[in-house]
Amino acid sequence: MRDVAIIGVGQTEVGEHWETSIRHLALGALQAALRDAAVPRVDSLYVGNMLSGELSGQEHLGALVADFAGLRGTEAVKIEAACGSGAAALRVGYIAVAGGLADIVAVVGVEKMTDLSGADTTAALALAADGEYEASQGLSFVAVNALLMRRYMYEYGYDREDFAPFAVNAHRNATNNPAAMFHFPVTAEGFARSKMICDPISLLDSSPICDGAAAVILAPANVAGALSAAPIRVAASAVGTDTLALHDRRDPLVLDGAALSAQRAYAQAGVTPQDIDLFELHDAFSIMAALSLEAAGFAEKGRGVRVALDDEIGTHGRVPIATMGGLKARGHPVGASGVYQVVEVVQQLRGTAGANQVPDAHLGMAQNIGGSGATVTTHILECMGS
Amino acid sequence: MSVARNWRLRAQRYRLVGETCDTCGVKIFPPRDICPECEAPAKTPFAFNGRGEVYSYSTVFHAPEGFEEFAPYTVALVKLDEGPMLTAQLTDVDADDVQIGMPVEMVTRRIHSSGDDGTIIYGYKFRKPLQESA
Repeated sequence: MRDVAIIGVGQTEVGEHWETSIRHLALGALQAALRDAAVPRVDSLYVGNMLSGELSGQEHLGALVADFAGLRGTEAVKIEAACGSGAAALRVGYIAVAGGLADIVAVVGVEKMTDLSGADTTAALALAADGEYEASQGLSFVAVNALLMRRYMYEYGYDREDFAPFAVNAHRNATNNPAAMFHFPVTAEGFARSKMICDPISLLDSSPICDGAAAVILAPANVAGALSAAPIRVAASAVGTDTLALHDRRDPLVLDGAALSAQRAYAQAGVTPQDIDLFELHDAFSIMAALSLEAAGFAEKGRGVRVALDDEIGTHGRVPIATMGGLKARGHPVGASGVYQVVEVVQQLRGTAGANQVPDAHLGMAQNIGGSGATVTTHILECMGS
Repeated sequence: MSVARNWRLRAQRYRLVGETCDTCGVKIFPPRDICPECEAPAKTPFAFNGRGEVYSYSTVFHAPEGFEEFAPYTVALVKLDEGPMLTAQLTDVDADDVQIGMPVEMVTRRIHSSGDDGTIIYGYKFRKPLQESA
């Protein structure tokens, strides 16, 4: 096993890109990352994507993106793990470099979601759930999360409005992120009035449907310093899994897959939650942010919402989350989000996060969740040479 | 959804047939052939009695493609009397009357009409139990 480092990152603006197809989105992010890393070629390319077949009528993204990016001939393959596809692709890239099978590897996460109607996209996103026993009953993916949020409120005595600080924090941070989809703040009052999608989940609990792509370039850590002015070490890369369906879980309010993934990552990096300076978590819905905080060891069971209510999640708080807007406000182009998270942790560790800079950020964690908790990939990144 | 994909689920959709583990006795729905508790093979069919209670619920206002005609509708996690949970729509009930812990029973209803071939898919939904007649 070799130590692995990130030597370049790139991203496109998240938004509704009517003029841009999935291949151009991927190209934009990949070119930006290759420029940042100042490497002309890569040994292999991993494309994280969930729904290109359903939403763009295009599978076979590995070779497509390689060819389109001027990398024809390069080994390339698509990796899919629902909304966790981006980090799952990074995990595969990490394995390739750590195992010594490749030196320079590109990982791009891409999703193009705005080509179809809302109902079609909603049905496609439900493919993340159990097709035979969840989606087949008319559950949207939002509904799956709403079942979690309702039970959470019931068991721990929270009101819907108690989840507001997650949206307020995410939108505040996105305002300063040029790559984010939303550049406007929201208030707790606005959250309370927000339109219902699947009771109790409202529009402001939910990440938006959008387009985007993000990319990172990996290299062996021992040569990263020669290739990059600010290499970032991948201190841990770990995956945990759980059942696709909520009804099959040991306890639906505990994300066992996320807990396993985080524990494996902490063990690899030799750190504890207290050592983590910022945590880019999977806030596809505010309930997921709360459950992620608990699963990763930043809050006791039932106390994830309390962390937000106690004002601990801001960039200067105890557990900074969604520091560049998170899935909620940077946007959640599903198969790309896991790579966006890692790009943002790199920005924080390089000290280039601008107005959202977390003070003295040395160790950052990103956790990307596929489905309602079935495939969970955690990466811990660390500044090198310190 | 293709006819075959629905047809092979008929025992589950119409009669709530799951499995029982002959090793540890746990009841399993949906069937998965390997016991989630003790990991032994578990292929003995077991028909659930169709009664349970609401563990959680939500009302869907923005339905996925194929379910728009029913919106808004209420979906739930139902904890069956025999132990396992399943996911289903609630029916014959006002969304405002649904509560966690509410007893429910299975009924067979139309789930949706499928695609261009118009196949009508039936399956389980859950409702408040009908009152026993005096």
